[in-house]
Amino acid sequence: MHQLWLKRSLLLSLAAIVTAVACGTSSTPSAGSVNVMATWTGAEQASFMAVMKPFTDQTGITINYEASRDQDALLTTRVAAGNPPDLAAAPSPSLLTTFAKSGKVKALNTIVDMTALQAQYSPGWITLGEPLADGKLYQVYSWVSLKGLIWYDPKNFQAKGYNVPNSWDALLNLQQTIKSSGTTPWCIGLESGAASGWPGSDWVKEIVLSQSGPTVYDAWWQGKQKWSSPEIKLAWTTWGQILGSNDSNVYGGAKNMSATNFGDAGTPMFQNPPKCYMHNQASFITSFFQSANASLQPGTDFNFFGLPDITSQYAGAHVVAGDAWSMFNDTPQAEKMMKYLTTADAQAIWVKRGGKISPNSQVPLADYPDALSKSTAQILVATKIAKYDAGDQMPSDMRNAYWSAVLQFAQNQNNLNSILANLDAIQAKAYTS
Amino acid sequence: MDFNVLLTDLPTLVVVIIGVPLVLAAYIVGGEYLVRRLPDKARPAVRPWIWVAPALVLVAGFLVAPAIATLIQSTEDRHGVFIGFQNFATQLAGFPTGGAWIAIRNNLFWLIFYTLFVLAFGLLLAVLFDRVPYEKVVKSLIFMPMAISSVALVVIWKFMYAYQPPGQPQTGTLNFIFNTVFHQDPRTWIQDETPLLGLFPLNDMALIGTAVWGIVGFSLVILSAALKGIPGDLLEAARVDGAGEITIFRRVIFPLMMPTVVVVGTTLVIFALKAFDVVYAMTNGNYHTDVLANRMYQLLYNSNDFGGASAVAVILLLTVIPVLIFNLRQFRAVEARR
Repeated sequence: MHQLWLKRSLLLSLAAIVTAVACGTSSTPSAGSVNVMATWTGAEQASFMAVMKPFTDQTGITINYEASRDQDALLTTRVAAGNPPDLAAAPSPSLLTTFAKSGKVKALNTIVDMTALQAQYSPGWITLGEPLADGKLYQVYSWVSLKGLIWYDPKNFQAKGYNVPNSWDALLNLQQTIKSSGTTPWCIGLESGAASGWPGSDWVKEIVLSQSGPTVYDAWWQGKQKWSSPEIKLAWTTWGQILGSNDSNVYGGAKNMSATNFGDAGTPMFQNPPKCYMHNQASFITSFFQSANASLQPGTDFNFFGLPDITSQYAGAHVVAGDAWSMFNDTPQAEKMMKYLTTADAQAIWVKRGGKISPNSQVPLADYPDALSKSTAQILVATKIAKYDAGDQMPSDMRNAYWSAVLQFAQNQNNLNSILANLDAIQAKAYTS
Repeated sequence: MDFNVLLTDLPTLVVVIIGVPLVLAAYIVGGEYLVRRLPDKARPAVRPWIWVAPALVLVAGFLVAPAIATLIQSTEDRHGVFIGFQNFATQLAGFPTGGAWIAIRNNLFWLIFYTLFVLAFGLLLAVLFDRVPYEKVVKSLIFMPMAISSVALVVIWKFMYAYQPPGQPQTGTLNFIFNTVFHQDPRTWIQDETPLLGLFPLNDMALIGTAVWGIVGFSLVILSAALKGIPGDLLEAARVDGAGEITIFRRVIFPLMMPTVVVVGTTLVIFALKAFDVVYAMTNGNYHTDVLANRMYQLLYNSNDFGGASAVAVILLLTVIPVLIFNLRQFRAVEARR
């Protein structure tokens, strides 16, 4: 009698264990979870978790977040091992595009709300997410940033009666006016250790896009457009116009340009009297301004205008960067999260916390915590043609040669032909391996 | 730190911690067991090989085999097709500025000046500090840069070489001295290719100077140790015989230190040929400061040109081999004298 009871209870507990194990492994008792990989750590990670909190509260889906600064290597290994995260956000889309080519990521056309996306995102942002140009959306952008910002000190501009130029010609006129008043218009610093030259490469690619348009731009970084072609050569000579003959438009000339670190380049703008009036750099430079001189205030001591359009046909063309999302596993939870990430509600949470700009026109401008991010948002939301950094999408030896070419060009602009011929030679090899 | 990685790979961890010592122990016990089975006479001939075999296998697997693979690869194109010496031809084409020639020229500068400066400063400081009571303190100070990683070294020296346009306060130590003491216009030390004495580019010398500062402590301590090894009564005898301090250094100290100087010198020559970190971090070979090791790295990781990179590696290997042989011979000579 006693033994029978023991047997029964054993059986019962065994059954309970089996059910528990079965539940734990196969079906999901709760609403499930999404495995997410991105590069945000620290304060950025906190902001991302704040974005995801309403989602989890509403749906019960939990987020398993994994952050890595070495995302490229980690993601490549995980995908190769057949163990990718459900969703990944990458600051550079090249790798995600590689996965799109090899069929490792899902097309998002049926997953996100395309009608809403088309209504809320400018077409530039959607095309940017279709890197294979096969009509399939592989990447969506939740937050973005802008290159080609011309920084200036509004007080200096006011003191001299200079106006923010609204066209390329106005910019050239302005630099001539500044130069004839006895000051160099530009501050440029090209030094960046092993990556020296990249700040100048930003200039050239911004000019290529705005001057010759997206088709030339794409063909160029894809290696189909020669460096010595008229369009690319024109971009270099246009940059040469900015630099002036013998770099006479740049504070300190060629020597200072090559010896100055990109982070320190802008600070002579804030000296009294200013050593230069304008400085081209992405939005991150404000932290360098403020670390060099803590009293500088955004808006009053430094502000920016977008690099003016060069060819009217390609007005609103900007070199941008952004957090691109791709989906590796098509689960219902991941689908819900992907939808959520494209909404203005989700993106506004991080926008309000500062440090991010949303490409979604439904995010109210009032949500931006300061004047600078607000005006960046205005430019970004209206971006008609969005293109990624050309250099980052080139094969790395092409990109490094591009950077070196910038240094050589800054040293002596007369060598342009031989510099471009050398780049052509590298282009012919770099894309074939 | 993400310790999860350790946990997910638990089997590997177990194999490494338990398996490897186990296999080694089994090898030794098993080897001894087999040796004992042998006839008495054969044992002394076999036993050393049993003990040396693991090291031989490791050297063969991790040094000899890759070296041979590099040799083979240097004769192949990107697709692994044999192309003879074409990679070498590309690297050695266009003398004096094409291919690898700038790098070869700079390696030569490194070879001469790096070795010379480090030996000269090391010797000078060793001899001078030998005569002061605070020797240990100063030696420790000069040895300290050895503990700094090369990239940090470069960061420090970038501050030393920092440039501001003329008329601005000079923040770089060198330009400050140049400006206030010598009333000269500041120079861009790292970018300026102006040849000194019409031959040696300034920026090359600036890079070599950085590396010298980092390594001079190494030659100082070794040469200083050699100096301490010279018997005091020998110097005493020389003084009694009426030799001046300079004569003593030239005729007694230096000849006795010579073997050490040569060993340190040849080691430095190898360091100079391998020079990479300072160049990579300071200029990445821009402004004609490239060296062979950096060129090899760029060809390998940026251009994916395995053949070209291997060819540069082989050139480097071929130049190092004679120095290595010389170094080994010297080392043996010094050992034999003891």
